[in-house]
Amino acid sequence: MIKKEIQVKADLLGSNKAVAATIREKLSQRGILTLNLISSPGAGKTSLLESLASRIRPEHEMAVIEGDIETERDAERIRAQGIPAWQIKTGGACHLEAKMIGKLFPEIPSELDFLFIENVGNLVCPASFDLGEHIRCVLLSSPEGDDKPKKYPKVFTTSDCLLITKADLVPLLPFDIERAKKEALEINPALQTFVISSLTGSGLDEFVEFLKISLQNLRQKYA
Amino acid sequence: MHELSIITNLFELLEEKAVEQKANKIVHVKLQVGLLSGAVPDLLKTSFDIYKKDTMAAEAVLEIEEVPLKYQCQDCKTEMVKDDYIILCEKCGSTNLKAVAGTDMFLLKMDIEI
Repeated sequence: MIKKEIQVKADLLGSNKAVAATIREKLSQRGILTLNLISSPGAGKTSLLESLASRIRPEHEMAVIEGDIETERDAERIRAQGIPAWQIKTGGACHLEAKMIGKLFPEIPSELDFLFIENVGNLVCPASFDLGEHIRCVLLSSPEGDDKPKKYPKVFTTSDCLLITKADLVPLLPFDIERAKKEALEINPALQTFVISSLTGSGLDEFVEFLKISLQNLRQKYA
Repeated sequence: MHELSIITNLFELLEEKAVEQKANKIVHVKLQVGLLSGAVPDLLKTSFDIYKKDTMAAEAVLEIEEVPLKYQCQDCKTEMVKDDYIILCEKCGSTNLKAVAGTDMFLLKMDIEI
Protein backbone atom coordinates (compact mmCIF):
# COMPACT_ATOMS: atom_id res chain seq x y z
CA MET A 1 0.00 0.00 0.00
CA ILE A 2 1.36 3.39 -1.01
CA LYS A 3 0.21 6.64 0.53
CA LYS A 4 0.22 9.66 -1.70
CA GLU A 5 -0.66 13.33 -1.36
CA ILE A 6 -2.33 14.82 -4.44
CA GLN A 7 -2.32 18.59 -4.90
CA VAL A 8 -5.46 19.61 -6.75
CA LYS A 9 -6.59 23.27 -6.30
CA ALA A 10 -9.91 22.91 -8.10
CA ASP A 11 -12.85 25.31 -7.70
CA LEU A 12 -15.73 23.46 -6.01
CA LEU A 13 -18.20 25.40 -8.10
CA GLY A 14 -16.04 25.09 -11.23
CA SER A 15 -18.46 22.83 -13.10
CA ASN A 16 -21.40 25.19 -12.42
CA LYS A 17 -19.29 28.20 -13.46
CA ALA A 18 -18.28 26.49 -16.71
CA VAL A 19 -21.88 25.64 -17.65
CA ALA A 20 -22.96 29.19 -16.71
CA ALA A 21 -20.24 30.72 -18.90
CA THR A 22 -21.41 28.65 -21.90
CA ILE A 23 -25.03 29.69 -21.34
CA ARG A 24 -24.07 33.38 -21.02
CA GLU A 25 -22.05 33.22 -24.23
CA LYS A 26 -24.94 31.64 -26.19
CA LEU A 27 -27.44 34.17 -24.79
CA SER A 28 -25.09 37.04 -25.61
CA GLN A 29 -24.68 35.86 -29.19
CA ARG A 30 -28.45 35.64 -29.56
CA GLY A 31 -28.79 39.10 -28.03
CA ILE A 32 -31.04 37.94 -25.18
CA LEU A 33 -30.48 40.00 -22.03
CA THR A 34 -30.86 37.60 -19.11
CA LEU A 35 -31.63 38.46 -15.50
CA ASN A 36 -31.46 36.30 -12.39
CA LEU A 37 -33.96 37.50 -9.79
CA ILE A 38 -33.08 36.56 -6.21
CA SER A 39 -34.99 37.35 -3.02
CA SER A 40 -36.66 35.92 0.05
CA PRO A 41 -39.97 34.14 -0.59
CA GLY A 42 -42.74 36.68 -1.03
CA ALA A 43 -40.58 39.71 -1.82
CA GLY A 44 -42.48 40.22 -5.07
CA LYS A 45 -40.49 38.54 -7.86
CA THR A 46 -43.52 37.13 -9.66
CA SER A 47 -45.57 40.30 -9.15
CA LEU A 48 -42.72 42.31 -10.63
CA LEU A 49 -42.65 40.07 -13.71
CA GLU A 50 -46.44 40.35 -14.10
CA SER A 51 -46.27 44.12 -13.96
CA LEU A 52 -43.29 44.30 -16.32
CA ALA A 53 -45.17 42.38 -19.02
CA SER A 54 -47.35 45.29 -20.19
CA ARG A 55 -44.42 47.72 -20.00
CA ILE A 56 -42.01 45.59 -22.01
CA ARG A 57 -44.40 44.48 -24.74
CA PRO A 58 -45.37 44.99 -27.52
CA GLU A 59 -42.06 46.69 -28.26
CA HIS A 60 -39.99 43.81 -26.87
CA GLU A 61 -40.38 40.07 -26.31
CA MET A 62 -39.82 38.48 -22.92
CA ALA A 63 -39.90 35.00 -21.42
CA VAL A 64 -39.58 33.65 -17.91
CA ILE A 65 -38.00 30.63 -16.26
CA GLU A 66 -39.56 29.99 -12.88
CA GLY A 67 -37.74 28.14 -10.13
CA ASP A 68 -39.72 26.75 -7.24
CA ILE A 69 -39.52 23.79 -4.92
CA GLU A 70 -43.00 22.67 -5.96
CA THR A 71 -46.05 23.65 -8.08
CA GLU A 72 -46.58 25.28 -11.49
CA ARG A 73 -48.26 28.30 -9.86
CA ASP A 74 -45.76 30.97 -10.76
CA ALA A 75 -45.40 29.83 -14.38
CA GLU A 76 -49.21 29.83 -14.67
CA ARG A 77 -49.35 33.43 -13.40
CA ILE A 78 -46.82 34.48 -16.04
CA ARG A 79 -48.53 32.53 -18.84
CA ALA A 80 -51.79 34.27 -17.92
CA GLN A 81 -50.06 37.47 -19.11
CA GLY A 82 -49.46 35.82 -22.50
CA ILE A 83 -45.78 35.35 -21.80
CA PRO A 84 -43.91 32.08 -22.40
CA ALA A 85 -42.86 30.55 -19.09
CA TRP A 86 -41.15 27.35 -18.02
CA GLN A 87 -41.38 25.99 -14.52
CA ILE A 88 -38.40 24.25 -12.95
CA LYS A 89 -39.49 22.25 -9.90
CA THR A 90 -36.39 21.63 -7.83
CA GLY A 91 -38.11 19.04 -5.63
CA GLY A 92 -36.65 20.40 -2.43
CA ALA A 93 -33.45 22.04 -3.61
CA CYS A 94 -33.08 25.58 -2.30
CA HIS A 95 -31.56 27.17 -5.43
CA LEU A 96 -31.27 26.85 -9.21
CA GLU A 97 -28.03 25.66 -10.83
CA ALA A 98 -26.70 26.41 -14.30
CA LYS A 99 -27.25 22.86 -15.57
CA MET A 100 -31.02 23.22 -14.89
CA ILE A 101 -31.08 26.26 -17.18
CA GLY A 102 -28.90 24.40 -19.69
CA LYS A 103 -31.49 21.61 -19.97
CA LEU A 104 -34.20 24.14 -20.89
CA PHE A 105 -32.01 25.94 -23.36
CA PRO A 106 -33.23 24.16 -26.55
CA GLU A 107 -36.80 25.35 -25.79
CA ILE A 108 -35.91 29.03 -25.49
CA PRO A 109 -36.95 30.92 -28.64
CA SER A 110 -34.12 32.85 -30.27
CA GLU A 111 -36.19 35.96 -31.13
CA LEU A 112 -36.40 37.00 -27.46
CA ASP A 113 -35.16 40.28 -26.03
CA PHE A 114 -35.37 39.57 -22.30
CA LEU A 115 -35.16 36.32 -20.37
CA PHE A 116 -35.97 36.50 -16.67
CA ILE A 117 -34.97 33.67 -14.37
CA GLU A 118 -36.92 33.76 -11.14
CA ASN A 119 -34.82 31.87 -8.62
CA VAL A 120 -36.18 29.83 -5.70
CA GLY A 121 -37.22 32.22 -2.91
CA ASN A 122 -34.14 32.25 -0.69
CA LEU A 123 -31.70 35.04 0.14
CA VAL A 124 -28.78 32.72 0.89
CA CYS A 125 -28.25 29.67 -1.32
CA PRO A 126 -28.94 31.04 -4.84
CA ALA A 127 -26.16 33.63 -4.31
CA SER A 128 -23.41 31.03 -4.82
CA PHE A 129 -24.67 29.77 -8.20
CA ASP A 130 -24.06 31.64 -11.43
CA LEU A 131 -26.85 30.76 -13.90
CA GLY A 132 -25.32 32.43 -16.92
CA GLU A 133 -27.22 35.68 -16.36
CA HIS A 134 -26.02 39.09 -17.52
CA ILE A 135 -27.60 40.94 -14.62
CA ARG A 136 -28.22 39.65 -11.13
CA CYS A 137 -31.03 41.47 -9.32
CA VAL A 138 -31.66 41.17 -5.63
CA LEU A 139 -35.11 42.20 -4.42
CA LEU A 140 -35.64 43.48 -0.89
CA SER A 141 -39.25 44.12 0.09
CA SER A 142 -40.06 46.80 2.62
CA PRO A 143 -41.75 44.45 5.15
CA GLU A 144 -38.50 42.47 5.42
CA GLY A 145 -36.68 45.40 7.05
CA ASP A 146 -33.95 47.79 5.98
CA ASP A 147 -31.17 45.92 7.82
CA LYS A 148 -30.89 42.97 5.44
CA PRO A 149 -27.92 43.83 3.16
CA LYS A 150 -25.22 43.29 5.80
CA LYS A 151 -27.00 40.22 7.19
CA TYR A 152 -26.93 38.55 3.77
CA PRO A 153 -23.69 39.93 2.28
CA LYS A 154 -23.11 37.29 -0.40
CA VAL A 155 -26.23 38.06 -2.40
CA PHE A 156 -25.86 41.83 -2.06
CA THR A 157 -22.17 41.85 -3.01
CA THR A 158 -22.67 39.61 -6.06
CA SER A 159 -25.69 41.47 -7.45
CA ASP A 160 -25.67 44.17 -10.13
CA CYS A 161 -28.92 45.73 -9.13
CA LEU A 162 -31.07 46.16 -6.05
CA LEU A 163 -34.82 46.52 -6.27
CA ILE A 164 -36.49 47.77 -3.11
CA THR A 165 -40.02 46.42 -3.60
CA LYS A 166 -43.42 47.11 -2.05
CA ALA A 167 -42.60 50.82 -1.86
CA ASP A 168 -46.35 51.46 -1.43
CA LEU A 169 -46.12 49.94 2.06
CA VAL A 170 -43.19 52.08 3.20
CA PRO A 171 -45.38 54.82 4.79
CA LEU A 172 -46.89 52.14 7.06
CA LEU A 173 -43.61 50.56 8.13
CA PRO A 174 -40.46 51.49 10.03
CA PHE A 175 -38.51 50.93 6.80
CA ASP A 176 -35.95 53.58 5.91
CA ILE A 177 -35.29 53.48 2.15
CA GLU A 178 -32.10 55.55 2.47
CA ARG A 179 -30.75 53.27 5.20
CA ALA A 180 -31.40 50.16 3.10
CA LYS A 181 -29.67 51.74 0.09
CA LYS A 182 -26.75 52.95 2.22
CA GLU A 183 -26.23 49.49 3.77
CA ALA A 184 -26.27 47.86 0.36
CA LEU A 185 -24.01 50.43 -1.30
CA GLU A 186 -21.45 50.20 1.49
CA ILE A 187 -20.84 46.55 0.67
CA ASN A 188 -21.37 46.96 -3.08
CA PRO A 189 -20.86 50.52 -4.39
CA ALA A 190 -21.55 49.42 -7.97
CA LEU A 191 -25.17 48.40 -7.26
CA GLN A 192 -27.84 50.11 -9.38
CA THR A 193 -30.75 50.79 -7.05
CA PHE A 194 -34.45 51.13 -7.82
CA VAL A 195 -37.41 51.70 -5.53
CA ILE A 196 -40.53 50.14 -6.99
CA SER A 197 -44.09 49.09 -6.33
CA SER A 198 -45.55 46.44 -8.61
CA LEU A 199 -48.96 47.29 -7.18
CA THR A 200 -49.00 51.01 -8.02
CA GLY A 201 -46.40 50.83 -10.80
CA SER A 202 -44.14 53.44 -9.20
CA GLY A 203 -40.50 53.19 -10.22
CA LEU A 204 -41.16 50.57 -12.90
CA ASP A 205 -40.62 52.87 -15.89
CA GLU A 206 -37.16 53.71 -14.60
CA PHE A 207 -36.33 50.02 -14.21
CA VAL A 208 -37.63 49.21 -17.71
CA GLU A 209 -35.48 52.02 -19.10
CA PHE A 210 -32.46 50.44 -17.38
CA LEU A 211 -33.35 47.07 -18.95
CA LYS A 212 -33.62 48.60 -22.43
CA ILE A 213 -30.29 50.39 -22.12
CA SER A 214 -28.65 47.20 -20.85
CA LEU A 215 -30.11 45.30 -23.82
CA GLN A 216 -28.73 47.90 -26.26
CA ASN A 217 -25.31 47.72 -24.61
CA LEU A 218 -25.26 43.92 -24.82
CA ARG A 219 -26.21 43.95 -28.50
CA GLN A 220 -23.65 46.62 -29.36
CA LYS A 221 -20.97 44.57 -27.63
CA TYR A 222 -21.91 41.41 -29.55
CA ALA A 223 -22.84 43.00 -32.89
CA MET B 1 -28.71 24.62 2.81
CA HIS B 2 -26.85 24.29 -0.47
CA GLU B 3 -23.77 22.76 1.12
CA LEU B 4 -24.86 19.24 0.15
CA SER B 5 -24.97 20.34 -3.47
CA ILE B 6 -21.40 21.70 -3.14
CA ILE B 7 -20.28 18.43 -1.54
CA THR B 8 -21.83 16.52 -4.48
CA ASN B 9 -19.55 18.55 -6.77
CA LEU B 10 -16.62 17.83 -4.46
CA PHE B 11 -17.21 14.09 -4.76
CA GLU B 12 -17.31 14.32 -8.56
CA LEU B 13 -13.85 15.94 -8.40
CA LEU B 14 -12.55 13.45 -5.82
CA GLU B 15 -13.72 10.43 -7.82
CA GLU B 16 -12.24 11.80 -11.03
CA LYS B 17 -8.83 12.32 -9.37
CA ALA B 18 -9.00 8.97 -7.54
CA VAL B 19 -9.60 7.09 -10.79
CA GLU B 20 -6.76 9.03 -12.47
CA GLN B 21 -4.40 8.02 -9.64
CA LYS B 22 -5.75 4.45 -9.41
CA ALA B 23 -6.48 5.00 -5.71
CA ASN B 24 -8.14 2.41 -3.49
CA LYS B 25 -9.06 4.80 -0.77
CA ILE B 26 -9.26 8.50 -0.01
CA VAL B 27 -8.10 9.16 3.55
CA HIS B 28 -7.91 12.93 3.85
CA VAL B 29 -9.43 15.86 1.98
CA LYS B 30 -8.48 19.50 2.42
CA LEU B 31 -10.65 22.42 1.30
CA GLN B 32 -10.15 26.16 1.33
CA VAL B 33 -13.40 28.02 2.05
CA GLY B 34 -13.63 31.78 1.76
CA LEU B 35 -15.53 33.95 4.25
CA LEU B 36 -17.65 35.24 1.37
CA SER B 37 -17.93 31.91 -0.46
CA GLY B 38 -21.53 31.59 0.63
CA ALA B 39 -20.95 28.23 2.35
CA VAL B 40 -20.72 27.40 6.04
CA PRO B 41 -17.69 25.22 6.96
CA ASP B 42 -19.57 23.26 9.67
CA LEU B 43 -22.40 22.46 7.26
CA LEU B 44 -19.88 21.35 4.62
CA LYS B 45 -18.42 18.95 7.19
CA THR B 46 -21.85 17.58 8.09
CA SER B 47 -22.72 17.17 4.41
CA PHE B 48 -19.37 15.47 3.73
CA ASP B 49 -19.99 12.96 6.52
CA ILE B 50 -23.46 12.18 5.16
CA TYR B 51 -22.26 11.82 1.58
CA LYS B 52 -19.05 9.83 2.17
CA LYS B 53 -20.77 6.62 3.31
CA ASP B 54 -20.31 3.79 0.78
CA THR B 55 -17.77 5.80 -1.21
CA MET B 56 -14.02 5.51 -1.54
CA ALA B 57 -13.80 8.30 1.05
CA ALA B 58 -15.92 6.48 3.68
CA GLU B 59 -13.21 6.87 6.31
CA ALA B 60 -11.82 10.17 5.09
CA VAL B 61 -11.43 13.20 7.29
CA LEU B 62 -12.39 16.59 5.88
CA GLU B 63 -10.14 19.49 6.82
CA ILE B 64 -11.24 23.03 6.08
CA GLU B 65 -8.94 26.03 5.96
CA GLU B 66 -11.01 29.18 6.30
CA VAL B 67 -9.83 32.00 4.07
CA PRO B 68 -10.39 35.61 5.15
CA LEU B 69 -11.93 38.08 2.73
CA LYS B 70 -9.19 40.14 1.17
CA TYR B 71 -9.54 43.15 -1.11
CA GLN B 72 -7.03 45.09 -3.13
CA CYS B 73 -7.56 48.80 -3.73
CA GLN B 74 -7.43 49.38 -7.48
CA ASP B 75 -6.27 52.98 -6.94
CA CYS B 76 -3.49 52.76 -4.32
CA LYS B 77 -2.91 48.96 -4.59
CA THR B 78 -3.12 48.44 -0.80
CA GLU B 79 -4.33 44.98 0.21
CA MET B 80 -6.62 44.66 3.21
CA VAL B 81 -8.52 41.96 5.07
CA LYS B 82 -12.18 42.78 5.71
CA ASP B 83 -14.69 41.08 7.93
CA ASP B 84 -17.35 43.78 7.72
CA TYR B 85 -17.65 43.50 3.90
CA ILE B 86 -17.51 47.30 3.59
CA ILE B 87 -15.95 48.44 0.33
CA LEU B 88 -13.79 51.35 1.43
CA CYS B 89 -10.00 51.55 1.20
CA GLU B 90 -8.47 52.00 4.65
CA LYS B 91 -5.62 54.00 3.19
CA CYS B 92 -6.93 56.26 0.43
CA GLY B 93 -10.72 56.10 0.93
CA SER B 94 -11.40 54.72 -2.56
CA THR B 95 -14.39 52.42 -3.14
CA ASN B 96 -12.69 50.87 -6.13
CA LEU B 97 -11.77 47.61 -4.40
CA LYS B 98 -11.44 44.19 -5.94
CA ALA B 99 -11.76 40.94 -3.97
CA VAL B 100 -8.54 38.94 -4.32
CA ALA B 101 -9.28 36.12 -1.84
CA GLY B 102 -12.11 34.74 0.26
CA THR B 103 -14.94 34.58 -2.28
CA ASP B 104 -14.50 31.01 -3.48
CA MET B 105 -14.12 27.39 -2.37
CA PHE B 106 -11.37 25.09 -3.51
CA LEU B 107 -10.42 21.45 -3.19
CA LEU B 108 -6.80 21.98 -2.23
CA LYS B 109 -5.44 18.47 -1.82
CA MET B 110 -6.33 14.88 -1.08
CA ASP B 111 -4.42 12.02 0.52
CA ILE B 112 -4.96 8.63 -1.06
CA GLU B 113 -3.91 5.02 -0.64
CA ILE B 114 -2.98 3.08 -3.72
